[in-house]
Parts: sequence; structure tokens; C-alpha cells
Amino acid sequence: MSAGSDLVRRSAADLADALASGETTSVELTRACLDRIAQVDGAVHAFLHVDAEGALAQAAASDARRAAGRPASALDGVPIAVKDVLATEGLPTTCGSRILEGWVPPYDATVVARLRAAGLPILGKTNMDEFAMGSSTEHSAYGPTHNPWDLDRIPGGSGGGSSAAVAAFEAPLAIGTDTGGSIRQPGAVTGTVGVKPTYGGVSRYGLVALANSLDQAGPVTRTVLDAALLHEVIGGHDPKDSTSIDAPLPALVEAARQGAAADLSGVRVGVVRELGGEGYQAGVQQRFDEAVQLLVGAGAEVVEVSCPSFVHALAAYYLIMPSEASSNLARFDAMRYGLRVLPETIDNPSAEEVMRATRDAGFGDEAKRRIILGTYALSSGYYEAYYGQAQKVRTLISRDFEAAFGQADVLVSPTAPTTAFPIGEKLDDPLAMYLNDIATIPANLAGVPGVSVPAGLAPEDGLPVGFQVLAPALADDRLYRVGAALEALLEKEWGRPLLGLDKLDHRIPEVTR
Amino acid sequence: MTAVSDSGGLVDFDEALERFDPAMGLEVHVELNTVTKMFCGCRTEFGAEPNTQTCPTCLGLPGSLPVVNGKAVESAIRIGLALNCEIAEWCRFARKNYFYPDMPKNFQTSQYDEPIAFDGWTEVEINDGEGGVERFRIEIERAHMEEDTGKSLHVGGATGRIHGADYSLVDYNRAGIPLIEIVTKPITGTREKAPAVARAYVAALRDILLGLGVSDVRMEQGSLRCDVNLSLALAGSDKLGTRTETKNVNSLRSVERAARYEISRQAAILDAGESVLQETRHWHEDTGITTSGREKSDAEDYRYFPEPDLVPVAPSRPWVEELRGTLPEPPRERRARLQAVWGFADLEMRDVVAAGAIPVIEATVAAGTTPQAARKWWLSDLARRANEQGVELADLPISPEQVARVQTLVDEGALNDKLARQVIDGVVAGEGDPDAVVKARGLAIVSDEGALSEAVDRAIAANPDVADKIRDGKAAAAGALIGAVMKDMRGQADAGRVRELILEKLA
Repeated sequence: MSAGSDLVRRSAADLADALASGETTSVELTRACLDRIAQVDGAVHAFLHVDAEGALAQAAASDARRAAGRPASALDGVPIAVKDVLATEGLPTTCGSRILEGWVPPYDATVVARLRAAGLPILGKTNMDEFAMGSSTEHSAYGPTHNPWDLDRIPGGSGGGSSAAVAAFEAPLAIGTDTGGSIRQPGAVTGTVGVKPTYGGVSRYGLVALANSLDQAGPVTRTVLDAALLHEVIGGHDPKDSTSIDAPLPALVEAARQGAAADLSGVRVGVVRELGGEGYQAGVQQRFDEAVQLLVGAGAEVVEVSCPSFVHALAAYYLIMPSEASSNLARFDAMRYGLRVLPETIDNPSAEEVMRATRDAGFGDEAKRRIILGTYALSSGYYEAYYGQAQKVRTLISRDFEAAFGQADVLVSPTAPTTAFPIGEKLDDPLAMYLNDIATIPANLAGVPGVSVPAGLAPEDGLPVGFQVLAPALADDRLYRVGAALEALLEKEWGRPLLGLDKLDHRIPEVTR
Repeated sequence: MTAVSDSGGLVDFDEALERFDPAMGLEVHVELNTVTKMFCGCRTEFGAEPNTQTCPTCLGLPGSLPVVNGKAVESAIRIGLALNCEIAEWCRFARKNYFYPDMPKNFQTSQYDEPIAFDGWTEVEINDGEGGVERFRIEIERAHMEEDTGKSLHVGGATGRIHGADYSLVDYNRAGIPLIEIVTKPITGTREKAPAVARAYVAALRDILLGLGVSDVRMEQGSLRCDVNLSLALAGSDKLGTRTETKNVNSLRSVERAARYEISRQAAILDAGESVLQETRHWHEDTGITTSGREKSDAEDYRYFPEPDLVPVAPSRPWVEELRGTLPEPPRERRARLQAVWGFADLEMRDVVAAGAIPVIEATVAAGTTPQAARKWWLSDLARRANEQGVELADLPISPEQVARVQTLVDEGALNDKLARQVIDGVVAGEGDPDAVVKARGLAIVSDEGALSEAVDRAIAANPDVADKIRDGKAAAAGALIGAVMKDMRGQADAGRVRELILEKLA
């Protein structure tokens, strides 16, 4: 095994130490990631765009800062992959859609600007379901991403590219975005850590919106500590985003370090009755239950809580999200940027005819489905019955959370009801696909933070299971404390990290990009 | 014009009013004069190079987000207060969804059922035709905040409209400029005065906005735009008829004419037993008619929903009260005060009000002119010019300061009235400031006593009989000689001095 392949297996926190001590350089590390990408991404297809030149230049600049004794941050020099839904100046940003093919933004998303300011070389842009619409990354216009655990299976979605890149050791860190579970569910099915911060905790400026009131960008990593380190880089108030919270972030890294001691005395953990049991794969439920017992063993007080409105969450979500999406996607009209299709059958087409032809050719089926759904839900005469009712459900869900957080400091559930399903299995059954987000959606509707931490492999299929921890708004530190504790407890049992399993390599044939 | 229903004939205005009562609703869009746009930091200068005042947000680039301009909210609240509105304790922006190439996001960020200001009123005055004024109270439904769209320029084709154009250019400098839309409740009971009331309302609104200093309110530049909604009901019936919405009626005179035209046109349709089509109509300044504009009739469902990228606007009560303290005097009190200060008779003041001349006279007086002199200039010469050109006094290409300078030159004896009018001509024609015009046109009064004396001698010699009369003590006859001298001097003489010279020579 080469020095490079050792490097790519290490956590970001480890790598930061190695960079600080001079054990390695950012150029060496970045090159190792690029080599790994070249080696396996032909099979995984986590990336839509790799910026080797840019990443190496940023790495060299980072090494110069370190040499001068002026690192920009603890993670200065640690490379990262960014979901293709965040605007990157000078780098293509497609959102997994044909309609944005070739668009190069003239500006950086705030998250991206903060990564650059902190010195993290950007390896490239990761694959996703078109405009973050999906739970499998199969709805990418550029072809699906494959789960490193089993290439015939989905890596989750919409951020399957980011989770697969991290799981396949192509990048130590990635950025995802989570509207209904698009960070956490891919984390669950790829055995990685994914955090959806409190709504407003991370700037949405430059995040191409799926549903503005639900979207949050967050860390995709292999360890809870790495997620905390990255969260502290990207989080905090941004005057360019009116919905950004003007308050300091809690001490996340400190909470993760505290959690690693695996002492949860005095922490009340609420198991959500509605998020488990029927409809959940047996092995998923089993690993979840075992994890809860580990928390009890670490001193946590476990209570069962009920959130009766959660049963309506999926229905409310599939009205609010497409309503906002239908409006957000209206701007893709061939007038200013992106794809322009001239209708073949019309001479001198009008602007409206060009818009129609472009949107017909440029949007995939799932995007069209949601545009139609949202347009319908907002239509005069239907608004109250659909959008209005959904907003009421949203309020009820927030109240359920409030009540539950009166009884418990954190809530827990399986992240997704199943392990990774085979590619193609649910493509013709949108409702079955939507059900994959049943446990993650309530957090988006209420704006509360959540994390998915690997909980082991389901006995029946040997695929990763995710354990979700939810905390009250602004209390993201609790995710890190409990998540890090569970991680430490499980790794003690296994004797190694879930993703450290060398057998993962047998599952990824070398397919050069 | 285009469609049959558009040329279906007109009923004489007075005759129409015998059978129908008009109801109007006026929607006025005001561009605020904030330094930056409604939701981004781009500048708002009028007439800049196309697409130079843009950024990811006002271009609607993917991922960009809006941030509310606090100054625009302040202006909106002040407008609301000046219109006696309630100010919302909590309100939101909403998305108005429709597709149009000059709208970067294909939705306009506006306000829907939660406007920042609502339930207000203002009062307008019109001449009652019998030497008095009649007052009307106009109820304000709402005033809300929104962003302007870009501007399309349709190139080629005959009409300058989108249909038939070879291609179109879009300038997004205007996209995102803060707008306040002010909507009245239905204005009824104005009968034959409806067009005059419509005009008076827009004029009153313009004066209020000018007084607040929140907008340039230049109708010809589009910073104040009016839509006239009008319907006819059978006389005596309280059931409103079907309305039309005439868009972008962009001068006070046009507001009046458009209302008048729609009354005559709709009356003809109703007389023919047909029904008025609820539609958008275009006003044509040149021909003085409205035509159907059905382009958007299939897109009337705007699918409004609360803008999720913005947090609610919740102006605190102390702030609202603080802003109330910054309001200028209400127009009626202001008129009464100015009339007293200026010493105008009721009739004089009425004409000043009717001509919309208060702001220009005030500015001219502020520049050092006596109120009477200021009134004389603005209500005679300049009013005639404005009328000829179909523009407002304030829109004439001469400033109150320039008028004041002309009057100063007259007071100093450098110009007489006739020359002063020529200077005004020059300023209006764009020849520069009064002093520059005087110099360029050589209009100063001849103060060379020798030349003047010779001209007087010539006049006496040419009119011996008049001279005799004056010698006989009939000083009033001097007028004829003064006229001859002035003619001789091509008007560039001080008539008073000429008179003195004549009387001296013929003593």
C-alpha cells in the first residue's frame, strides 16, 4: 500500500495534525486524493467535475502559509469535495441538470468562500440528483453515482456524490445539502457521517435552492470530529442570507471531543415512537436498538417520546418543497445562462417558445414532476387546501418537537428505513423513493439540526445502517456530543472504524476516470 | 385600431354620463430614490449604460439571495403614513410568479395579502367650474413594497412592441429597483368629474411623494407610473361593472384623457348590448386611445406564496412614530400656510394649485424671487409652454433657480420683461443658464445713453404730432414714442429710461 493510499484513509483531524507537524504537505495530500479519484471514480462516479489544477494550486498556497507559520485555519490544506449545487466561481455548477450544463458562476457561495478562506483545496464538484430532487442520485442528468459498498446499489441522495466520495476515500471531507435528508440519508447508506445544521446556521447564499425554507448545507465526513471541524469553518452568520442566524455557533469541536469520552451521564435521549418499527428493515431496526443500548450503557437516560404529527410530515413536505421548487426553477428559461434549445419546428421562435423548448429538454422527469406538483399546489383555488394546510402541519410538527425536547435533550431514530437499495429499483415508483426520507424530513420542516452516524452493518445484507440524532434549534453541539459518544462506543465494540474495513477495497474495482 | 371591439365607436362623454356612473381604481407605481436596489447593493442611477448596475442577486443567478433594503422600508412606511395608512406590525414579501424575459427570476418579489401599509386616505381638490373647489376623499386600499423588472427593448418591426420585433434586448439595470405600489379603493360618485379626479389624485400623490423626498417622481422617466382601472355601472345602480386596466399612463394629462376615453369606449360597448371584456389595455399617447393588450391574459394566476428567502418585516411602533415625526406638513395645511406667507388672493392660489405650481413657486421663492413674480412666471409663460408640450411644470427643462435668476436680471434692470421671455425661451431650448443665454443672444438692455438718446431723437423727428402733444403737457402720449424707440432698439432698452429721456427732451 502506497504512502498516498495511507494518507487518503486518514481522518481530516489526523491530516490537519500531519500538516501542522510537517509530516505531510497539502500538495502531497491533494495529489493523493486526486490519484484516488483517478483510480476509482470511473466506478463510483462521485464527481461531475474534478479541478486538479485548481486544487493543487490551492494546496501549494496552503503549504506556503504553513511554511510561513500562518495557517488560515486548523483545516488549512485538507482537501474537500463540494456538492454541485453550490456556486463556485470559475468552476462549472450544474446541479446535476442538463439545463445548467456549461454554466460557470461568476461568484462563490458563502460556504465555498469560507472553505477557500480557511485554505481547503477544492478537489471538484460532486454528483447529485437533479436540483437535489431524489434519494438515490439516479436523477442526475449525468448518470448515477454508485455506492462504494456495493456498486450496484445507490449511494443515497440527493448528495450521493459527496457521501460516496468520502466513503470511497476520494476526499476526507465533503459538503452536502439537506432539504429532506439529502446529507443524512446518503450518510446512512454509505457508512459516513452527515450533519444537517440548524436552519439558518450555515449560509444559503450561493446554494442553488431546491426549497428555500428547508435547505441547509452541512458536513459530510468519516468521523464526527471531522464534521464538527468542518461545521465550524462553514457555519455562522452571513449578512447575504436574511435567514441566517445572527448568533455565534455553539462550541461544536469541543462538544465532539467531550462526546468521545463516551460519558453520557445526565443526557436524556428520546426514542421517537413514530420513527421506527413498521416499515423499517429488520436489520436497520436491530442496529438502531443496539446503539440505543450502548447509549444507556454510557449513562444516558432513555425515554420514549411521541410526535404524532410526524405521520403527516411526508405529505406536508411533498407540498411545500415542490411549491418552492416550482418557483425557484422558473428562472431556468434560456434567457440569461445555461442551456438554450431552439424548437426545431418553429421558424423565428418567440422567447416563450424558446423557454418552453429549453425547459422541456433541460429538465429531467423528477424535476418536471415536482414543478407540476408545486405549480398545482400554489394555484388559485388550491392554495389553501394544499400549501396552506401543509404549513399548518409544519407548525404542528414544530410543536411536537418542542414537546419532545421538553422530555429529552436529543431525539434518536434510524436515519433511513432501509439500507442502500439496488440502482433502478425505485426509479419507476416515486412514492417508494420518497418514503426513504420519512425519518429525516421532520427535522427540515421544523428547522432543527440532525446528524447521521454509522451504526454498523445490517446483518441481512451487510450494508451500512445510519443512526440519527436530532437536537433543538441552535443546539447543534448536542449532535456532536451524542454522535461522538456513539461513534466511540461502536468503534470500541468493532475494534476499528466502520469505514476502516479493508474489504471496502474489494468492492471498488479500479476503474480509471 | 387592431381589433373590431377596439373600433366599436365612442359615445360622447357627456352623453355617456347620462346613462352610466364610472368607478375607478388607480394603481400607482413609484420608484424610490434609494441609492441601492430593493434586495441588493447595486446602484440605481437612471440612464446608466445597460447592464452595468447588476449583480448575481438582481440578475437572479442561481443561488443568489435577496436582502431587504432598510431605507426602502423606511420610505414605504413614510409613504404609508403620509397617506394616513395603518402600518403593519408584521408583514411579509411574497412571490408573484409569471414568466417574462425581463424578469430575472420569473417571479417578482412583491407583497400580497400582507402589505406594509393599508387602509389610508388622501384628499384631492378640483375646480368645480364655478370658481370654487370641490374636494374628494380618496380611500387608499394599500401601499406595498416590490421590485421593478428589467426593461425590454424590442428592435425592428413597426410597433416597438414585442410582436413583430426582429429581436429584443433586455437591460437589467432597472431590475430590482425598489417600487411602492399604491392602490386606491374603488373611487365612485365622481360622475363627470372622474377624469379630473383621477388626474388630481395622481398630482396630489406626486406632490406628497415630492414632499417626502422619497422619489424623483418623474413620470416621463417612469419613476411614477399609473394604471387606470375603470368600469361603468348603470346610473343609479350600486353594482360595479366589469373593469378594464389601462397600463402605464405616464403623464397627468394622459391619466385624465385615458379615463375619459375608457368612459366613452365602454359606454359604446354597453349601449350596443355587449359586455366589457375584463382585460389589460394599452394607452397610446399619440392617438389618445386605448387598445387591447391581451398578451398576459393566459397568465393571470400568479401563484403567490410567502417569499421564503426573506424574513418578515416587523417595524417597531417607536420606529414608526419616529418616522411619523419626519413627515412634511400635510398638503392642505401647507397650502393654507403658503397662501398666507405668499399673500396670494384665493383666486390666485386656486390657479396655483390647479396648475400644480406650489413646489416650483416655493423653490423659486426660496431662490430669492418675490412670490408674485414667481407666480407670474410659472402661471403665464411657463404654464403655456407646459400646456403646449403636454408636460408638467416641474418637467419643463428650466429649473426654479433659473427662473429666479431671470427675475433677478429684470430687477437689476439688465432685462425687461420682453427680453426676459426671450431668455426663458433660450433656457428652455437648452441654450444654457440665463446668463449664458443673455450673452449668446446679446439680449442685455442697451444702457449706452448716447445710442438711446439718438433713438429718442429719431422717434421725435419721425412723430412730430405726438411730440407736440407731449410738449402741450399730455405725458400719456409718450407711450407711442416709447413704442417707436423700443422697436428701433429691437426691444433692448429700458422702457422707464426711454420715457424719462422723452419727457426731458420735450419739457
